[in-house]
Amino acid sequence: MLALMAPSVVFVCLVFVLPIALFLFRAVDNSDVPRALPKLALVIGTWNDGELPPEPVYRALVADLTVLRGSPELAILARRLNYALPGFRGTLTRTGRMLPASDVPSAKDALIAVDAKWADPEIWAVLRQQSGPVTDFFLLTALDRKRDVAGDIVPVAGDQAIFIDLYGRTLWVSLGVTLFCVILGFPIAAAMARATPATANWMLLGVLVPFWTSLLVRTTAWVILLQNEGLVNRALIWLGVLDTPLQLVFNRTGVYIAMVHVLLPYMILPLYSVMKGIQQSHLRAASSLGASPLRVFFTIYLPLSMPGVVAGATLVFVSAVGFYVTPALVGGPRDQMIGYFISYFTNSAVNWGLASALGAFLLLLVAITYLILGKLVGFDRLKVR
Amino acid sequence: MQPHPLVRFSKVDKSYDGVSCVVKSLDLDIARGEFLTLLGPSGSGKTTTLMMLAGFEVPTAGAILLDGRDITHLPPHKRGIGVVFQNYALFPHMSVAENVAYPLTVRGVDKAEAKRRVDAALDMVKLGGFGGRRPAQLSGGQQQRVALARALVFEPDLVLLDEPLGALDKQLRERMQYELKQLHERLGKTMVYVTHDQSEALTMSDRIAVFDDGKIQQLAPPTELYEKPSSLFVAEFVGENNRLEGTLLGMDAGIARVKLDDGVELRGMPAGNIAAGVKIVASVRPERLALGGEGHANRLSLTVERVVFHGDALRLVLRRKGGGEVMVKLPNAAKATPPERGSTLEIGFDLADCRIFEAA
Ligand SMILES: Nc1ncnc2c1ncn2[C@@H]1O[C@H](COP(=O)(O)OP(=O)(O)OP(=O)(O)O)[C@@H](O)[C@H]1O
Ligand SMILES: [Mg+2]
Repeated sequence: MLALMAPSVVFVCLVFVLPIALFLFRAVDNSDVPRALPKLALVIGTWNDGELPPEPVYRALVADLTVLRGSPELAILARRLNYALPGFRGTLTRTGRMLPASDVPSAKDALIAVDAKWADPEIWAVLRQQSGPVTDFFLLTALDRKRDVAGDIVPVAGDQAIFIDLYGRTLWVSLGVTLFCVILGFPIAAAMARATPATANWMLLGVLVPFWTSLLVRTTAWVILLQNEGLVNRALIWLGVLDTPLQLVFNRTGVYIAMVHVLLPYMILPLYSVMKGIQQSHLRAASSLGASPLRVFFTIYLPLSMPGVVAGATLVFVSAVGFYVTPALVGGPRDQMIGYFISYFTNSAVNWGLASALGAFLLLLVAITYLILGKLVGFDRLKVR
Repeated sequence: MQPHPLVRFSKVDKSYDGVSCVVKSLDLDIARGEFLTLLGPSGSGKTTTLMMLAGFEVPTAGAILLDGRDITHLPPHKRGIGVVFQNYALFPHMSVAENVAYPLTVRGVDKAEAKRRVDAALDMVKLGGFGGRRPAQLSGGQQQRVALARALVFEPDLVLLDEPLGALDKQLRERMQYELKQLHERLGKTMVYVTHDQSEALTMSDRIAVFDDGKIQQLAPPTELYEKPSSLFVAEFVGENNRLEGTLLGMDAGIARVKLDDGVELRGMPAGNIAAGVKIVASVRPERLALGGEGHANRLSLTVERVVFHGDALRLVLRRKGGGEVMVKLPNAAKATPPERGSTLEIGFDLADCRIFEAA
C-alpha cells in the first residue's frame, strides 16, 4: 500500500510542495547581497544609529567593489539595493566606475569624494539592514512598511502605500464575485438537477462550452459586448431602458460581469453533483410530514445542498483571488487585483522577492478566509451521512 | 346508512407517458382501521397507487377520496398522511430526535409538548435514548423504526408504507413484521402496505389486493386469497402451486370433471364458468397432497425424483408419466421414513383442494 502510494507522494512533493516552499523562501531570501559584498558583510556590524560607519567598513566596501567592478553582478546588486533605497543604483554604478585605489589613506574620504551619498547615514543603514542572508524587506514592502534609519518598522510614504489597499480590493472583489456566483449558480444547478437527463445534458454542455474557449477570448468578447457602442448598451437603448450608454467596461462593473461569467462553471459543477445526489424521497418525506414547498426548500433542500455551495464557493473564491488577466482587460486602473502585481513583479520588474512576498500574503489571506468561512458555516455541520 | 370508507379510489387511471396506463381504472375502498396490503410483481403499479394516495403523483383520470373529501389534487403536505419510504428517507443532517420532531415543528407544536411526543414515539418503537444520534449511526432496522416513529408521531389517520422492510435481512424482517402488526393492533390506524413478498402479505394483512399490470386481480382476506384464488395468476403468485394441464370434460353440480393431458381424470372446484372442451389448468398446493390415494377423490401415480430436506418439512419432487413435475410438501414427522428415490408412489388429494382455472 505504502509502496504503491510512494510515487504519487513523491510526485506531489516535487511539483506542488517544493515549488511553493521555494517561492515562499524567495520572499525572505537575500543571498545576493552577502555574496556580492563578502568582506563588507564580515565587518558591517555595530555603530551608533544615525552615524557613519568607521574606516574599515569603507575599506571593505572598496575591496568588494574592486572585485565586482565590470561584472554583471554589480548590476544585480545595484538593482537589488535600489529597491530598498531609490537612487542607490546611481550611487553604486558611479562608485564602481570611479573606484578609488585600495591603498588610499582614507577610503572614507575617497568614497565621499566620488559620491556625497556615502556621507549620508541612511545609505549605510540600508546597507547594514540588507547585508544579512535573509531579509524582511520584501515582506514589509508587501505590507506597505519599511525600516527607517534606526531599524524601526514604519509605514511607507502615502503615495507608495498601495499593497494593503490592493489586498482589500482583491478580497472584496473576490467575495463579491463568489456571492454573485452562488446567487446565479444555485438556481441553475437546481434546475439542472431536476431536469430530465436529456435536458440536463444540454444544460451541462452550455455550462461547459465556455471551458473550451480561451480565457483571453472570453474576456475580450466581454469588452466588445459591454463597451459604449457594444451590443448590451445598444440593446438597452433600443429597448428604451436607457437613453445614454452605461459605462459597463473598464470599471468595477465590467470586472464583476466578466469574472462571474468565467467562474460560474466552478460554482455550478460541484453544486450540481451534490444536488443530483439529493434523494427525491427526502423531499417527498418532508412534504408528506406536512412541510410546505418553501419549508421543504429551507429545511431540507438547502441544508443538503450546502456542501456543494461551500465547495463551489471555495473554488470560485480561491480562483478569483488569483485573477489578473480579466481585471487587466476589462477593469480600470483602480480595479487591478493583487495577481496583476505579482505577475508584474515576476515578469516585468523582475523583483521576485517582492512577487513572492505578495504571493505569500495572498496565500495567508486565502487560508484565513477559509478558516473564517469554516468557523461560520461549521465544517462539522456540513458532514452529511 | 353505511359509513363511508376512509379511502376511496374511483376509476383511477395513471399514465406517465400519456400512452400506456400503469394503473388502469382502479376502484378500491379502504376501510377505517384496516391493514391493507398491495401485493404484486415488480412494475405492477403498487408504488404508483400509493404515491397517488400520498399526493406525489396526480391521477390521469378518476378521483381519490379521503374520508369522503376529494383529495385528487390536494398537495401532499395538506393531506396529513404518514408515509414510510423504502429507503427510510431519514434526513441525514438532523438527529434522530429532530427527524421525529419534524412533523411537529412544521405544525408549530410547542417545544415541551413536541419533546414529550417525540420521546413517546421513540419509546413506542423501542428507541428511547437514541434521539441524539444521527441516522447514519443506526442499523437498518433502527432506521426503519425511526421512519415509522416519524410517520406516526403526528397521529395521522392513515399510514402508507412502501416496502418498508425490503432492505432488511430475513430475521430482522420477520421481527419487524411482528412489531408492525402489533403496532397496528395497538394504535388502530389504517395502514396501506406495499410489498412484493407474498408471505409478508399473508402474515400481516386484514385484506390483500393482488396487483398485476395496473389492475387489481383479487381483493380478499389472506385465507380466502390462499384457499380460493380467483385466477391462475393469483394462485401462482400467492403460495406454492402445482400445475396440471388438461381439458374440461363437464360440470356435475358445480364440480368440474377434467381430463389431464396424460389421460388421468380429476375432479375439482372451478373458478368461474368454464365451458366443456376448454383447455384448463388444475392447481393444487403442495401441502394438500397426501401420500397414498386411499379416501381421496383424486389420485396420481408418480415416480420419486428427488427428496429435499427443509428442516421442518420435506419436499418430494415427483415425476408424472407424461413428464410434468409435481411437488409434495410433507411435515418432517419424527418417525416417518422418506420414500426411496426412483420408487413409484400413489398420491391423493381432495376435490376441494383442487382448483380448476381456464388456461390463459
Ligand atoms: N416516474 C415515472 N415515470 C415513468 N414511468 C414510471 C415512473 N414511475 C413508475 N413508472 C412505471 O410505472 C410502472 C409501475 O411502476 P411502480 O413503481 O408503480 O411499480 P411497483 O409495483 O411499485 O414495482 P416494484 O415492486 O418494482 O416497486 C412501471 O412500469 C414503471 O416503469
Ligand atoms: Mg415499488
